[in-house]
Amino acid sequence: MKITLNGEDHEVEEGTTITALLGALKIPLVKVAVERNLSIVSRSTFDQVILQKGDRIEIVRFIGGG
Amino acid sequence: MQDTPLIIAGREYASRLIIGTGKYKDYAQNAAALTASGAEIVTVAMRRVNVMNPDEPMLVDFINPKETVYLPNTAGCFTGEDAVRTLRLAREAGGWSLVKLEVLSDPKHLYPDMEETMRAAKMLIDDGFDVMVYCSDDPVFARKLEELGCAAIMPLGAPIGSGLGLQNKVNIRLIVEQSSVPVIVDAGVGTASDATEAMELGCAGVLMNTAIAEAQDPIRMARAMKHAVIAGREAYLAGRMAKKRYADPSSPLAGLI
Repeated sequence: MKITLNGEDHEVEEGTTITALLGALKIPLVKVAVERNLSIVSRSTFDQVILQKGDRIEIVRFIGGG
Repeated sequence: MQDTPLIIAGREYASRLIIGTGKYKDYAQNAAALTASGAEIVTVAMRRVNVMNPDEPMLVDFINPKETVYLPNTAGCFTGEDAVRTLRLAREAGGWSLVKLEVLSDPKHLYPDMEETMRAAKMLIDDGFDVMVYCSDDPVFARKLEELGCAAIMPLGAPIGSGLGLQNKVNIRLIVEQSSVPVIVDAGVGTASDATEAMELGCAGVLMNTAIAEAQDPIRMARAMKHAVIAGREAYLAGRMAKKRYADPSSPLAGLI
């Protein structure tokens, strides 16, 4: 099924959790934050939150800035 | 006069210099500049992870957030909602509530939109954030931001990234005199004397990015800024001599042969 990941179309299997998504993308869980449909997903629930068709997911991290 | 440490939102800092982490050649140079500057706080931005390249260098691998305070900013946000959304994500990513709020208006001058800044500051404070706020050098807005409960008032010295130095010393001094929270000049510093000047006016600290990152030798400039901030603070505490219109000899006239 299709979701929007950081503004781009992205295919995931049904039943994919946030943890599984990050794992598939090889993104370390530490020091990233995840937003799903404009609501923050608490890190402690990454295992439980299952992606739904059409979800808009943002994965962000700290970078250099002034 | 004994100096007191800089205290922001209940935490003490020995250094009065805050540096940015943008525009460096790479994170390694950034980390070396941080060490040379002696700063204990760095500003950082929140951006999307590059999902095509998860192995790209991570700031946290070069500057340890357990040793250096990360101050997430809202650079690039032009509405209060954008700023609040960004800082909520930053709080989730990092787990801390001290943030730098900046709500911009026009990309040409990056001057703060003060109405949106006030609105966002209130939303953030109501949500439990400790807000260090980038603002105009208007003493009236500065007072209102303090009344809202901001943890530090951070007026610009000159447009962001311009390196023009303090353009309105009168207003900066007025803001310093009226404020009971730290006043930190944020933006506009170009070289060491600009930082010293801000500190001589009584500012609690200086925040800078481009002045160090775009120097020919950023690490040496970081060291210069460390000394500049200390020199300005010491001069402020020492209290400068009165200015005079004419010469006044330093050697005594009595006993002249």
